[in-house]
Amino acid sequence: MRPFTYERATDVPGACAAASRPGATFISGGTNLLDLMKLEIERPSHLVDISRLPLADVDELQDGALRIGAQAANSDVAADPRVRTRYPVLSQALVAGASGQLRNKASVGGNLVQRTRCPYFYDTAAGCNKRDPGSGCSAIGGFNRIHAVLGASDSCIATNPSDMAVAMSVLDAQIELLDADRSVRRVDIADFHRLPGDTPHVETVLRPGEMITAVILPPPPPGRQLYRKVRDRASYEFALVSVAAIVATDRGTISSARVAFGGVAHKPWRSADAEAALTGRPATMATYRAAAETAMRDAVGQGQNDFKIDLARRTLCRTLVQAAQAS
Amino acid sequence: MIGQALNRVDGPLKVTGGATYAYEFRDGDQPLYGFVVGATIGRGRITGIDTTRVESSPGVHLVLTHQNAPAQGARDLSVPFEYWRAYPTLSSPDVHHHGEPVALVVAATFEQARTAANLVDVEYAAEQGSYDFAACQDQAYAPESLIFGIPADTAVGDVDAGLRTAEVQVDEWYTTPYEFSQPMEPPACLVVPDGDDLVVYTSCQIVDAARASIAATLELDPERVHVVTQYVGGGFGSKLRIHGETILAAMAARALQRPVKVALTRQQMFSSVSVRPTSSQRVRLGAERDGRLVAIAHEVTMHTNRHVEFIEPTATATRSLYAAPNRLTSTRLVPLDVLRGEDVRAPGEAPGLLVVESAVDELAHALGMDPVELRIRNEPTVDPERGVPYSDRHLVECLRDGADRFGWERRLPEPARRRDGRWLVGYGVAAAIRVHLQGPTKAAVRLGPDGIAVVESDMTDIGTGTYTILTQVAAEGLGLPPDRVRVELGRSEFPPSVGSGGSWGAGNSSTAVHHACTALREKLLAAASSDVRSPLHGLDTAGAVFSGGSVSIDGASEALGEIVTRNCPEGLEAEGETVLLTEEPNYGAYAIHTYGAHFAEVGVDADTAEIRLRRMLGVFSVGRVLNAKTARSQLIGGMIWGVSQALAEEGVVDMRSGGFVNRDLAQYLVPVHADIPEIDAVMLDGFDDKANVLGVKGLGELGICGAGAAVANAVFNATGVRVRDFPITIEKVLPGLPLTEV
Repeated sequence: MRPFTYERATDVPGACAAASRPGATFISGGTNLLDLMKLEIERPSHLVDISRLPLADVDELQDGALRIGAQAANSDVAADPRVRTRYPVLSQALVAGASGQLRNKASVGGNLVQRTRCPYFYDTAAGCNKRDPGSGCSAIGGFNRIHAVLGASDSCIATNPSDMAVAMSVLDAQIELLDADRSVRRVDIADFHRLPGDTPHVETVLRPGEMITAVILPPPPPGRQLYRKVRDRASYEFALVSVAAIVATDRGTISSARVAFGGVAHKPWRSADAEAALTGRPATMATYRAAAETAMRDAVGQGQNDFKIDLARRTLCRTLVQAAQAS
Repeated sequence: MIGQALNRVDGPLKVTGGATYAYEFRDGDQPLYGFVVGATIGRGRITGIDTTRVESSPGVHLVLTHQNAPAQGARDLSVPFEYWRAYPTLSSPDVHHHGEPVALVVAATFEQARTAANLVDVEYAAEQGSYDFAACQDQAYAPESLIFGIPADTAVGDVDAGLRTAEVQVDEWYTTPYEFSQPMEPPACLVVPDGDDLVVYTSCQIVDAARASIAATLELDPERVHVVTQYVGGGFGSKLRIHGETILAAMAARALQRPVKVALTRQQMFSSVSVRPTSSQRVRLGAERDGRLVAIAHEVTMHTNRHVEFIEPTATATRSLYAAPNRLTSTRLVPLDVLRGEDVRAPGEAPGLLVVESAVDELAHALGMDPVELRIRNEPTVDPERGVPYSDRHLVECLRDGADRFGWERRLPEPARRRDGRWLVGYGVAAAIRVHLQGPTKAAVRLGPDGIAVVESDMTDIGTGTYTILTQVAAEGLGLPPDRVRVELGRSEFPPSVGSGGSWGAGNSSTAVHHACTALREKLLAAASSDVRSPLHGLDTAGAVFSGGSVSIDGASEALGEIVTRNCPEGLEAEGETVLLTEEPNYGAYAIHTYGAHFAEVGVDADTAEIRLRRMLGVFSVGRVLNAKTARSQLIGGMIWGVSQALAEEGVVDMRSGGFVNRDLAQYLVPVHADIPEIDAVMLDGFDDKANVLGVKGLGELGICGAGAAVANAVFNATGVRVRDFPITIEKVLPGLPLTEV
């Protein structure tokens, strides 16, 4: 771990100003950043601790939306009665993530910017374009069981590890950002994370010093919400594949559907194709299979992760069955 | 007292942080901190090390490399056991595996050492290494023999002929992966120079081996090395010997004449300690229609590091497990440039029974026979390869009792027939057998004038409960309440033992303490009966009863403390010991094992092939139990590791670098609490009078033996999919599942 200086931010604009200095970065729960600093994958010279800023509230907005402060703990959001009632897919995704201890410590904002768990990213002796641009991708041709099957590039096949973001994806969440110049902008979650392309080290649209201040959930769409996470063990493992779905049916016909996958790409993978293949169709397995085929049409395996393609199809079908049954 | 579920006597210290582990000791000056730098190639040579950037890094006191490390003793193969041999570290520019230490950076703080360690510039001339076990099978060779001189290969009758005549046959290949011990406490030490002596606080399983290995490596008189190992946060084989971290700390402490601490990070524990070798195993079984085996062949090939041969005795359990007239076992090694193999819990039985007990299940399926019944039909009357009687074999009772308790009769013989919602549910069974060993161990028991007995041995408690069981044995041996016994372990100044490992620690040390107590009782009686001041003076000591801190003969009684106070106020002491099994006639005349039967119920998600244990039961025959609570905990721990072996654990080697890729506990998977819903271990009443005077046998490894096979067999029963490449993971089961339907 490189030596660094530390300050506890006392106000939001001051924190942004402090973090826009070269070498500075925000720290909140630190559940990912500290590991990365010990391995010198992240080497900040200055940490701006924003965990105690007054950004942890969950508030209802006048238009029926819910505003989740970026410093709210993952566990608090998961347990919030408004989230559990109106956005159960988010609550389910949050409790499926990490462990109880980590959820208590990890913030919503931090969850959105956590780094991949590709083992080569963490092995400083291995080539990794995300860690060290231009050094190659060791996962290609290496151990890539957990890697991406959609949207990957020749530079990077890493996945985004977040469960929470997958649920937010089907909720059309907006990320509220505050820049060092005090300007505020909102970014759709669909636009917040980037595909790797040839710049896999640039993972989000965040600018230097820009702070995630909140996540805004619009009023929930009709239909039943479900989050299904598939993994080797029952807890404390990142998703091999996950599905977030919101499905509404009307007399046996799917009236609306939203679908996103986790664990398959460099970002939460909302599938507009699958949604189109579902909407207006009968709520039957044939429809779900067709949607699953469509969703995975462009999927490409690396060998060891080929199974994820079929696993994603199967998981989607089962999640849709369950969502449609109850909606 | 012996057998009771006495709470751990060290429990309060451990849960309050009062138990001091190796890295936490403070002795002498403020210690310096060492951080190990590992090789980033798997095979080749260091051509240059530039330490200029390190030496100017804040706080750095020393950079040790092969260029400035002191001369060290070589591994002496005439020393009978590996763990006592030297462990030369930084002794040459050659790299023998990825992650091998190439430097130690010593600095004022851990953080400074770790930061500076990243500034060591090492240049290598890398060579093409052999890392692919499957691709190197043609290089397999036959080792001379296994540990204790056990033959590597055995043959009885004619297996090929037996298989030809058998009405039903199984002939399958299985593979098991690299597995790691990964105790909670990493390898860690504090080495304090004291004149010409070294005081070494280190986390190890065998104090005597640590002392011998350090002395042999540093070419010191073993008397100059003082090892302290009071508490150990788990070993599982990885701490049977000390490794580079202790040698490096010792070299640095001597060079700097300052205390030096070294601990490995979790990532380093996957690259510079040891690993259970990966294996390829062929099992051939031939049986008559009634299930009686006519042939058993178990042929094992495992990896070894090219430079340090390690042979896991994986086929040996098969030699004693079932009757069959025609038999064959063999052991082959494939030399690779991969991390060296060492013992991991139940070396041999763990990977061997995982495979053989899967094959037996395959045979049961082929026969259409209940797998419990198949095993019972092949129960031998004598050890089928050695021809000697079993000392105390109760495998059939374990199977019957377990089947009864588990509700085995509810199992559906046809696979993939039982559903519970979206779960495919299956039952599996497997047998457990584990050899019981004995080794040389001494213990001293000293009774003070205060009536408190102090037990001393360099034996270790690696979390297993040694402090507690020896308290019980001494309390019973001297008729004392347990709070009048104090057990002191883990110092090389104490009588030597062979430590914790091979499931022999409890049997060895409790027997030695028992003998010491017997001798001490004789001394107490001799002192009292010959002492005119004693109420016992002149009485016949044959009927003496030791109880409640006193000894009584025919109504006359005296407190033990008073006998000591009067006759030897400095305390009265006696020693007891055990000897190596080769010097103990029973171990040649009998086959001495522990036994068990595992029963598992799993659910497999019909859509995703996620596999989850639903419940598990083990019934075990272990001779006499010393402590019902610590014994059960050990057995359950082993069973959970079996679940892990079947479903989770796999060290993955990158075939380009030769290094392990999944180097933390988020990626090297083991079960978490949510994976282990309902589990129980039951021990049959027992007493093996051939094992030792207490009737006690080791059980630390029995729990894992066969446990994984019960889970694997349950997966087959649930799905009809037989996976022979462990661990059984989603991608291996998924293709065999039926297409999802509503």
